[in-house]
Amino acid sequence: MAVDERNAPRRGAQQDRIDRRSRNRNWRRHHAQVARQSWSRLFATPLPTLITLAVLAIALALPGFLLTGLKNMQQLSEGWDHEPRISLYLSPALDDAAADRFSRELLLRNDLVAVDLISREQGLLEFRELSRFGNIVDLLDENPLPAVITVQPLDRSLAALPLLKAKLQALEEVDEAVLDLEWLQRLSAFVQLIKRAVLVLCLLLALAVLLVVGNTIRLSIESRRDEIIVAKLVGGTDAWVRRPFLYSGAWYGLLGAVLAWCLIQFSLLTLKQPVSELTRLYLSDFEPSGLGLIGSLILLLTSVLLGWLGAWLAVGHHLREIEPS
Amino acid sequence: MALISFENVSKRYLSGQEALSNVSFTLREGEMAFLTGHSGAGKSTLLRMIMLMERPSQGEVVVGEQNLAQLNRHELPYHRRRIGVVFQNHHLLFDRTVFENIALPLQICGYEPEDAARRVRAALNKVGLLDKENQSPISLSSGEQQRVGIARAIVHKPQVLLADEPTGNLDPELSEEIMKLFQQFNRVGTTVLIASHDLSLIERMRHRTLVLRGGRLIADGRG
Repeated sequence: MAVDERNAPRRGAQQDRIDRRSRNRNWRRHHAQVARQSWSRLFATPLPTLITLAVLAIALALPGFLLTGLKNMQQLSEGWDHEPRISLYLSPALDDAAADRFSRELLLRNDLVAVDLISREQGLLEFRELSRFGNIVDLLDENPLPAVITVQPLDRSLAALPLLKAKLQALEEVDEAVLDLEWLQRLSAFVQLIKRAVLVLCLLLALAVLLVVGNTIRLSIESRRDEIIVAKLVGGTDAWVRRPFLYSGAWYGLLGAVLAWCLIQFSLLTLKQPVSELTRLYLSDFEPSGLGLIGSLILLLTSVLLGWLGAWLAVGHHLREIEPS
Repeated sequence: MALISFENVSKRYLSGQEALSNVSFTLREGEMAFLTGHSGAGKSTLLRMIMLMERPSQGEVVVGEQNLAQLNRHELPYHRRRIGVVFQNHHLLFDRTVFENIALPLQICGYEPEDAARRVRAALNKVGLLDKENQSPISLSSGEQQRVGIARAIVHKPQVLLADEPTGNLDPELSEEIMKLFQQFNRVGTTVLIASHDLSLIERMRHRTLVLRGGRLIADGRG
């Protein structure tokens, strides 16, 4: 659009030629001037502007807030990924001494970092303590529980764990190997689901921002109809006529983003205490994070871009309709 | 050299009404002419075609060797910059000062602000409103508003000056003043075409007169 004005064919004689350098300088000057004017125009009607900005801020804060929450959740689930264990239920034929020997053999393997033997006796003791069925066990003649060895693998990746599990399962002494992965997989699937939902919501709210800015700009185009007609009559290019509205859109985006940023930070602040209370109960070292510098910049840029685009769509649609007649 | 030429130009609207039919004439560079006829005779339509606010259904309009049919949407503004137009209803912006109204075409063409200011004052001087530059057009009389409109039309020294009923709302004395103003611009080389139905005034001015009736050009000669 800017190119139009500078590189358009100069047809016929223009009686007063303006040299290229000063035309470029004036082009820049006009940008600065229009940016200033559309900024002050925002505050010429403070109440409608404020209402529009509030709507924009809410529409922008919601995805910002949700994405921050999602980021924290992902960090949390990654933190939990750290200590996967494989439980090996030993064959009932193995006596305590053999089980002990086997656990020492496992300790020599270089794909495991920790080996923990729970003997049949110990297992029974724990079962009595932790379950309400302790006295049922007393009715049995002998200890029904197998010895269990829990091992901690060196390679914690989701790809390596099932392979290791299969290897251990194949050992003669092992009756069954159980990988405690299911709950991790569930959590990660849950995070994926939320991620998708948040994405859809973000798209919808981005559309809302486009529509809000577009509608505001449409009204502003209507109220400046005469100006547009006169500008077109005296030879204003589309780019020239469009420019103030694009700046208005970008300003709406920028101010909306700043307000949204404040809303997000404020909401996070009110949540900080209960969240750290909650995480303290599970994991001691988790520190919830806020938007951060990158997040804030992304919020700002996206919003300015959306405002600009909303204005562009509105102007593109309505400007053709307004022709001098 | 012909600056404006119409060749067998017709304009038919979708409603079937024929605003212009088979109009041909040429206006030489530096010429001044009147366009007259009853209201609805097609005067405005003809001017609007020169401005490319309308395109003919048939025929060709050429302005300064440029066939207007070949101009696309993007080239249109540059065509309009070569033309100054004065309207009966002025088309002034009341939220700006007289100065800002007149400076608009210069701003659009990309003049330096100092240069533009100098030219705006020169234009204001020509129309005799130098002392009103900081006023709003709304505070001016109808004749003064018209003169602001004229200043805006000539400030960027267009090749062609068009006027559509520029004296429509003015009393005879003011009308004559305005016409004298157009004559002055013509004397320094601007081609002028004025649509008006004020026949007595036109007669006194003694310029070429094109007469339209029902969309046809029925007379072309000295008034």
